Amino acid sequence: MPLLPEPIEALLETALVSELTVLDSRDRPVTHPLIPLYDGELIYLTSSVLFSKKLEHIKGNSRVSLSISDPNAVQVERFARATIQGDATVDDSDLHSGWEERVLPLWRKKEPVIDMFLGKRVALPLFFERAIIEMRPRRAFLWEDGRTDRPPQVFELVEAVR
Amino acid sequence: MKPSPELLRGLPDRFEHAVIAFVDADGYPLSVATGFRVDERGVVVLDAVAGDEVQPPEGEEVNVVFSHIRPQPGVGYDERRYVSLWGELRRSNGHLELASRREQHWDEEEMTFFELSERGVPQARRYFEQVSSETGRDVRPRLSLGWLFLRTTRLPFLSATFVPVLLGIAVAALHDSFSWWLAAITLVAAACVHLALNVANDIFDTLSGADEANVNPTQFSGGSRVILYGLVRLRSMVLLSLGLYAVGIGIGIALAATRGWSLLWVGVAGALISVFYTAPPLRLVHRGLGEIAVGLGFGPIMTLGAYFVLAREYALEPLLVSLPVGILIALILYVNEVPDRPGDAAAGKRTLPVRLSKEGVIRGYELAVAVTFALIAVFAVSGLIVRPAIIALAALVLALPVRRALRESYENPYALMPAMGKNIQLHLVTGLLLVAGYVTAIIADAVSDDPPSFLS
Repeated sequence: MPLLPEPIEALLETALVSELTVLDSRDRPVTHPLIPLYDGELIYLTSSVLFSKKLEHIKGNSRVSLSISDPNAVQVERFARATIQGDATVDDSDLHSGWEERVLPLWRKKEPVIDMFLGKRVALPLFFERAIIEMRPRRAFLWEDGRTDRPPQVFELVEAVR
Repeated sequence: MKPSPELLRGLPDRFEHAVIAFVDADGYPLSVATGFRVDERGVVVLDAVAGDEVQPPEGEEVNVVFSHIRPQPGVGYDERRYVSLWGELRRSNGHLELASRREQHWDEEEMTFFELSERGVPQARRYFEQVSSETGRDVRPRLSLGWLFLRTTRLPFLSATFVPVLLGIAVAALHDSFSWWLAAITLVAAACVHLALNVANDIFDTLSGADEANVNPTQFSGGSRVILYGLVRLRSMVLLSLGLYAVGIGIGIALAATRGWSLLWVGVAGALISVFYTAPPLRLVHRGLGEIAVGLGFGPIMTLGAYFVLAREYALEPLLVSLPVGILIALILYVNEVPDRPGDAAAGKRTLPVRLSKEGVIRGYELAVAVTFALIAVFAVSGLIVRPAIIALAALVLALPVRRALRESYENPYALMPAMGKNIQLHLVTGLLLVAGYVTAIIADAVSDDPPSFLS
């Protein structure tokens, strides 16, 4: 299993927002702000069916990248920026409650208010019909101090999937 | 959509950095953060990034994203906004200039998350169809049965039925006509017809496209949306509505057979108003008659019907006491229709808020409230209804925040929500205080052969 460098893991564990880039049916990049969730091995994101275009794109092309770029949205001792490339799969086998079992505990740590919203599921039923995006990192870039005017450190995590 | 000059020029004030996303040599997307400015021509100028592996390409479409949130420690975050631009990059003076061709953006201060979500409903439906097709099984959104029933029938709105029925029962009880079981069964019948009406209303609003056109539903307006969301099938809704009508009307016929066939006058009128509120060919709500229909149905008809079941006759007093309640229930619909205006207009529902200007709607509200409480005062003081019912005037204070919110938040459905709640309270509290007035009179009557005039 690929192991992300520690500074990138620290970013993933605290970031409240990241930018997930997927490729559309014409291989054009499309970027979505999303909360990144990390269990020490894989990166997870979750998407409501209301905003499920990205899920269709991932099903069409599994190649994705995820950036953590906003200094206001992370709490680490020393700010850094990171981009992780990888292959993603969509788990929509149980849109109603699959995400509650797999990613809600991670989500709750970053956005405790989600439990309050989940308690009002009757008011937002489609928002809580959600797929899980599971991302397996293959390469990572790290910019210390967030300075992208300097070359990044590059981490090859697995052989490229062709 | 091509980005407007205003959108581009506003970027530096709203965002602190940009992220350039492109496709790298391996065919993977790659995204790199950088600084930016917008020059005097309105062109986004991005700071160059270092490193051969992360160089954005020239002459190919890239996606440049500006994203912002404000963390709220221990809670989550707010101030969500993003702008996504697509176009080609060109190197110039050590920077990257973006020729923006199209954009997508969202700012929760401009469009609430609820509206954004509502606009995503067609995509959600497509996704469910796609997953169903991929898996070969019918995949649909779900809610627990209890929540689904509550949402489908709009159960909390039953207070609109309980108030006029309790009032009819209270007036009958004052005149020595009371039976617990008749009162209970009358409430059940009226509740069934009300819930059947709610479900039928959703069916016709879905079929007419009114629900789909309304992207600003609130907990008080915009219908249950269970068909639109795919939570309940149209066929199930039809069966539910018919079932509830059957129970309500069945009880009504049984009551008419045992208490007097004259009950059918109000029973048939109520059922017809209920059905043709949204059903063709009358579609009362589409003709600007919805408010009057609801006022009659949940005012005089329910109160007179309940009174008749117990007293076996009609009388002037229950009719008079039902008028304020009827006006206030019509005002619930009237205010709840304010945020529904765009969707209703698109679907051809010519409700009063669709027809009237903002000033006209507010004036109409003020006039209706003034008439309501004037009626209560005149009827109570003159003894046409019991004098203790004058305590219902205390509820007038609840109309003030509704009036204020209509003035200040007319165009903002979600800011109007508390006022819609307060307006429902206005009906409920006024109605219950009228009932309390009757209960006071009943008690005074029971404990004294000659109660003082202010208690009768």
